[in-house]
Amino acid sequence: MELIEQLLQYTLSGLSTGAIYALIGLGFAIIYNSTSIINFAQGEFVMLGGMLTLFFHVTLGLYLPLAVVLAIAAATAVGALFERLAISPLKDAEPIILVIITIGGSILIRGVAMLLWGKDTHALPMFSGDDPIILLGAAIMPQNIWIFGVTLIIITANRLFFHHSVSGKAMRACSFNRIASRLVGIDVKRMILFSFIISSAMGAVAGIIIAPLTMTSYDVGVMLGLKGFCAAIIGGMSTGMGTVAGGLIVGVLESLGAGLISSGYKDAIAFIILLVILLIRPQGLFGKGEAERV
Amino acid sequence: MKRELMKFLVFAAAVLTAPLFLKGGYIVNVLVFVGIYTILAVALNLLLGLAGQISLGQAAFFGLGAYISGVLTATYAANPWVAMVIAVIAVGAIAFALGFPILKLKGHYLAMATLGMGIIVYIIFNETVDITGGPSGLSGIPNLSIGGIVFNTDMKNYYLVWSFVIVTILLSVNLSQSRIGRALRAIHDSEVAARILGVNVRLLKVQIFTVSGIFSALAGSLYAHTVQFISPASFGFNVSIELLTMVIIGGLGSIYGSFLGAAILTLLPELFRTFQDYDIVVYGTVLIVMTMFMPGGLVRGVPLLARSLLVRVKAGLSSEKSV
Repeated sequence: MELIEQLLQYTLSGLSTGAIYALIGLGFAIIYNSTSIINFAQGEFVMLGGMLTLFFHVTLGLYLPLAVVLAIAAATAVGALFERLAISPLKDAEPIILVIITIGGSILIRGVAMLLWGKDTHALPMFSGDDPIILLGAAIMPQNIWIFGVTLIIITANRLFFHHSVSGKAMRACSFNRIASRLVGIDVKRMILFSFIISSAMGAVAGIIIAPLTMTSYDVGVMLGLKGFCAAIIGGMSTGMGTVAGGLIVGVLESLGAGLISSGYKDAIAFIILLVILLIRPQGLFGKGEAERV
Repeated sequence: MKRELMKFLVFAAAVLTAPLFLKGGYIVNVLVFVGIYTILAVALNLLLGLAGQISLGQAAFFGLGAYISGVLTATYAANPWVAMVIAVIAVGAIAFALGFPILKLKGHYLAMATLGMGIIVYIIFNETVDITGGPSGLSGIPNLSIGGIVFNTDMKNYYLVWSFVIVTILLSVNLSQSRIGRALRAIHDSEVAARILGVNVRLLKVQIFTVSGIFSALAGSLYAHTVQFISPASFGFNVSIELLTMVIIGGLGSIYGSFLGAAILTLLPELFRTFQDYDIVVYGTVLIVMTMFMPGGLVRGVPLLARSLLVRVKAGLSSEKSV
């Protein structure tokens, strides 16, 4: 019985970190689909979300919901600015060059965060207290419920936006064929800007809702970003729902592995799954295979 | 061919005489690291610039070379040269074995797989405390020595490391000029076309991956025996990224470009040390600006920039005349 309770406990906490990976992975996939860029700065928006909320709420003493809104707005502005200044001026650059620029951007954002807020780790207060809720013998924090709720809302909104709104459909058109999209009158450059805005906002939200559970500091973005990217690859970049499933799988297996096998190798688990999936099914668990054009 | 020989001779002469102009001290120490990173950058450039295969896990081979060499000498008291040879062969074998499954992947899938490989190896360095000493590192690694000469000063290490750099560069330039080099470039442009022309694409990709791993392990072993202390932090994800940046900033496919990239990225933080905490901000900015304005790297960017400046100056002069 005890083992079952333990398994349930690990699964629940794994699902909640998995939800975070899913959000970050979705951000990756949105930018990748519209620009073919692997945005290594994605993790930094996760960090910015947490650190900016902390700054507005704890340092400036603003009311938490207001601090959250301001933090998302500020992180999104940084994302938009980054696209305008560093990505958009390079029209025909090779993807590898753009990838290096996102690496530079990530180092820069991390550096500025370190200068502004120092190297300490901080905890954001839980959104609704820290009395655990007992569910079938497993304890979960109210914060986990926040994570599930917010993630569910964002994923639904994301799905509605990309499948049922004109802008969303236009963005998907860009990912299928840029030249054809331009021909039918879609402003491709604006869609790329949009994709950076949406994914930095999503990254910031992920950073905010996880910060009360895991603490935050100027350098949390690197690992979170990479794991989110694992989620996107594992699930298949081309499908949103695949990315979500990939995030949950990584989160749960990581939590089970850390609990049952060894916590030292926790961070390795995501990458081991990644390698296994890449070697068996490179297009991701749920992705459609791409035919190579010669 | 003659031009390549000239370039190489000038480079080798500059390397051998450089210490005569330096009064020794700290800068020589930094130059030892420039040498080690040059070997690493050249190794990655063979894979990425020549064959077009990305790797975000080069630090894994660097670290494996350093740890195999370090553990064999510090823990098992092996002869450093023997340890170096074992490290290089072992890492070559590992790279060869890993190459077959990993290099089936292309583009960002390959990037992700090599990245995963790098992080897993990094975590293993941290967790196998009994062997590697874990996060606190492994110390007591002996210096290399030949006969009675022990390589225990910066100046001696300079000549040791840079001899290896010169050999690495000679071999790499030779490789890229050879029939195999042309086959690799064909793979870079189109794998299908290369296969149609009779190139054994799969094997050749694995072989260049192995060569890249071997050079990186050599750099790792040199690092272990010159610094005499190693810890996982020197072989993390950020190191793989730095190596990638060196290759891009120097110029993809240019062997001497890799040397430039390694030199600049190793010297920059030293120059910015006076800015203290601002160094990481400056580093990020330089990286963005350089890649934005010189996407072909310094090797192609600087002549291009000079030419366009020249054209502008000439245009300025002639317009003045016409007025």
